[in-house]
Amino acid sequence: MAEDDQGQPLGRHQRYRGEYPIVVEGLQTAFGEQVIHDGLDLKVKRGEILGVVGGSGTGKSVLMRAIIGLQHTAAGNIDVFGRSMTDSDPDADIGVRNRWGILFQGGALFSTLTVGENVQVPLKQFYPELSESLLHEIARYKVKLSGLPEAAVNKYPSELSGGMKKRAGLARALALDPELLFLDEPTAGLDPIGAAAFDQLTKELQKTLGLTVFLITHDLDTLHEICDRVAVLADKRVIAVDTVPKLMELDHPWIQEYFNGPRGRAALTAQALDELRKHMDEPVAAQAVKALDKPAPGKA
Amino acid sequence: MNELAQYELDQGGDGGGVLTLSGPYLVSTVGAVEDDLQDLDGPIATIDVSQVTEIDTVGAWIANRLSRQHSAEITGASERAQRLMNALGEDFDEEEIAAPRLPFATRVPEAMGEKVFNAGRGVRGVIGFLGALLIAFGSVIRHPRKFRWLALVHQLELVGVSALPIIGLMSFLIGIVIAQQGAVQLQQFGAETLTVNLVGRITLRELGVLMTAIMVAGRSGSAFAAQIGTMKLTEEVDAMRTIGISPMVALVIPRVLACTFMMIVLGFYASIMSIIGGAVVGDAMLGIPFWTFLVRIQEVVPVYDLWVGMIKAPVFGLIVGLAGCYHGMQVQGDSEQVGLRTTMAVVSAIFAVIVIDAFFAVFFTNIGWG
Repeated sequence: MAEDDQGQPLGRHQRYRGEYPIVVEGLQTAFGEQVIHDGLDLKVKRGEILGVVGGSGTGKSVLMRAIIGLQHTAAGNIDVFGRSMTDSDPDADIGVRNRWGILFQGGALFSTLTVGENVQVPLKQFYPELSESLLHEIARYKVKLSGLPEAAVNKYPSELSGGMKKRAGLARALALDPELLFLDEPTAGLDPIGAAAFDQLTKELQKTLGLTVFLITHDLDTLHEICDRVAVLADKRVIAVDTVPKLMELDHPWIQEYFNGPRGRAALTAQALDELRKHMDEPVAAQAVKALDKPAPGKA
Repeated sequence: MNELAQYELDQGGDGGGVLTLSGPYLVSTVGAVEDDLQDLDGPIATIDVSQVTEIDTVGAWIANRLSRQHSAEITGASERAQRLMNALGEDFDEEEIAAPRLPFATRVPEAMGEKVFNAGRGVRGVIGFLGALLIAFGSVIRHPRKFRWLALVHQLELVGVSALPIIGLMSFLIGIVIAQQGAVQLQQFGAETLTVNLVGRITLRELGVLMTAIMVAGRSGSAFAAQIGTMKLTEEVDAMRTIGISPMVALVIPRVLACTFMMIVLGFYASIMSIIGGAVVGDAMLGIPFWTFLVRIQEVVPVYDLWVGMIKAPVFGLIVGLAGCYHGMQVQGDSEQVGLRTTMAVVSAIFAVIVIDAFFAVFFTNIGWG
């Protein structure tokens, strides 16, 4: 059974009230000789969207897999809802699996089931007592909540586009009304419009459902738009966890290159423009928008 | 801590009944009360949710549904409950969860028609595959330097060398069984020495090659289909084409050649192992010394029995290799297809081998190699 922050066992029907649903301490993971993480510490606050960034191969996905107990760790401790993941078997019933939802990178939908049936899988697994009609209703509203058209419930994953697969995966991740949501590069492979819409959806759901979100991303727009804090993975550990503006002040070379590179700047300008547009009734703002909207000379 | 979702219906009052929900209304708790709530008789004017301790979207959905059914008003909602109920919305659709299914009267003819068309497509596919294979062979003969001999050697090892232990053991045991069972029957006529003829002729002509073909179909034919099928799914085959490498030359020909050639070797090896198995039984049960058994084999088995087996072997190998590669190349869509095609590769290969074996049996008898 999971525990709250006072070490009291968490009731089966009680939401987690502790401050940190995820606590990673001194994590070490390795594939053979190759060390991925060495002494990695990370705490995720309840109710925040934590973005996790890092270059390719810094072990973002491995970190997520370690937290959800799919990855063997060499040393260190990982607590999820106060329950140690590192001490438990991958398939043991530890009372936290129904408190989280995971969206894998490719969606990982079961290809022989329709979207609606995919959503019902975790429900049937954990709560076989629910009636058939309620299961159907839950599947329908979860699918709609994830921003899919209602007609998508009886489609097979192979009939969906990439963006719709992600949303269907999100619907399944939300099936059990989790408190903790893991998203592995949710906007990768989506077109910019789809990506922006997915960001907004994540933000909205996080607010409505009171979720804690652990979000791995490469997408600078996502970081600026929806992340409350961002954890930067480099040198085999988390080198900084903070809000984006504060991170940009740090003088770590990778962080500087990442946030202040051409793409980082573009994302920042875009966000500034969005902010300014909200105040268009003020002449200064209108002027600034005009000036910023003009493409820089020679950069059409 | 109240662990159960509960409800209480107060029918009195002037403004209609009041339904009070209390306890946690979560996906984990509502299962117990959901049916009863559904069957409640109205009239319910107000649904009081102020005593609900915990709520999630499922609880909010149930409250919404009750309020819709009875046109009741929800009161006392906490901020979270209100937010969840608003997010779920009011509309209530009836979209089917399962994939749409046609009525029986149309589904059956459709399935039949589908099968007929699939059979037609299968025939065309096989002919097309054989044609492409011939073209690929042609190009290999014209440009032998371009052919990946290393890939062929690798396949020869996988199909042949690594199969030696299992095929050896299988054949040895089959030899034992034939000799032992045959001896029991032949003893009734006092003709147990004919066990030598039985074992020698049946393994060299039929069983050695046939059982090997079945084993190779299960071991290598299935592996071909699964490997090539997975490569098709991961677009490796497409990548090859765009680079100008023909998948027929790079993937199919080494496998088919390896299968064809190795079947001859494995078939011969299997026959020998069966005879040794028979000789062991002869020594142990019938009192025929081991070496005498082998010498008798030489005397009683005509040499054309060996040719019968060795002529059939490459044909069987070709069929197994072709079936595996053909079904692998037919994979498209999802991972389920890989499993399906792998099964089809094995089943069709074994079936075709047995059918052709029957034709061979008649043919060889008629040309006097009975």
